[in-house]
Amino acid sequence: MAAAAATMMNFSQQISSKNDLVPDWTSQEVSTGTTIMAVEYDGGVVIGADSRTTTGAEEPSRTSCLCCRSGSAADTQAIADVVTYQLGFHSIELDEPPLVETAANLFRASCYRYREELTAGILVAGWDRRKGGQVYCVPIGGMLVRQPVSVGGSGSTYIYGFMDSNYKPGLTKDQCLDRNSLLESGPELGLEPGSGPGPVEPEVGPGFLLS
Amino acid sequence: MEKHCIDSQVKGVSTGTTILAAIFDGGVVIGSDSRASIGGEYVSSKTINKVIQVHDRIFCCMAGSLADAQAVTKAAKFHLSFHSVQMESPPLVIAAASVLKELCYKNKEELQAGFITAGWDTKNGPQVYVVALGGMLVRQPVTIGGSGSTFIYGYVDAKYKPNMTKEECLQFATNALALAMGRDNVSGGVANLVVITETGVEHVVVPGDKLPRFHDE
Repeated sequence: MAAAAATMMNFSQQISSKNDLVPDWTSQEVSTGTTIMAVEYDGGVVIGADSRTTTGAEEPSRTSCLCCRSGSAADTQAIADVVTYQLGFHSIELDEPPLVETAANLFRASCYRYREELTAGILVAGWDRRKGGQVYCVPIGGMLVRQPVSVGGSGSTYIYGFMDSNYKPGLTKDQCLDRNSLLESGPELGLEPGSGPGPVEPEVGPGFLLS
Repeated sequence: MEKHCIDSQVKGVSTGTTILAAIFDGGVVIGSDSRASIGGEYVSSKTINKVIQVHDRIFCCMAGSLADAQAVTKAAKFHLSFHSVQMESPPLVIAAASVLKELCYKNKEELQAGFITAGWDTKNGPQVYVVALGGMLVRQPVTIGGSGSTFIYGYVDAKYKPNMTKEECLQFATNALALAMGRDNVSGGVANLVVITETGVEHVVVPGDKLPRFHDE
């Protein structure tokens, strides 16, 4: 009897995640290796990301406002869902499309309140009648700041230099989208070397235009 | 640069500096910033020279602790001058890079350093070699190193072209250093650049107020 009990215990130890045969990735959370970018131009915003993010990286909270997500896939999906709901309710109350600043503040409120539990870096970009095209950055920790151009995600460190040198205030929409310039090359340049297959299409992942 | 920042957010071990080297048509530019810091909190020197001459047409710079840098380059200088006396000719750039590689590989437990060696020799013209952490030796047309380098990978990948002129290459290197110094808190000061060609060596120092400025400055 004692021998049988000992054998049973051994068996259950074999399938614990401390066992060498069980790979580490089964106990790790899904995270996105990402480069995201948003640029204000005269009349709107352009927002984009490398296509190696999970599907639905660009979440239309409202048709006039989009966000790009980086960090934990689960966290950012959950936050985006909550903000989508809140914005929907708010716009019914207002009876008009909400302001981009409102959407950004809603993200910030969630990210800041639950900062200990969350890993989420978000860019919110959109157009409204009051302030035109706007880009708001909500990094990890829950700060909110408006910037003319912003990058985020793990790949973003590599393109700070490129962004600083290429962005100028007063760009037109075509300049933002131009092949050799900011938005087209930025997320592509930010792909970390050796970190798996690149974008599925030769072009950089979807860029959403809002004006 | 005196103490390597293990608490830095940068991937891998690299320290408070930005170094680069790039080949142009007829020569090579090697350069660095000039800040030495302790733990990312205190700037111990604003004007330190990180581009070290190991022979007439061969320079190197290092990302790593300052003590290691001085010791290793001193040893390398000695080896190289002895080697060139034996060979009765100026050493090849690859010889200089190999000397550094040997020192890095043999002492990899104690040293935490990456070297960039750049120079000109009669056999292969302008060359850039990088000795990575652990002692791998690789030849590249353009290379960057140090903690500030992460911010300019995108810029260097986009803007470097082979066979630039000397002026274009100098402008490229100055811009790259300025961009890195603008984002990395442990890189800064002046940009120290050295241009090495067949005819000689030219030192270019770009002080802080003459560095290119970008949209948010």
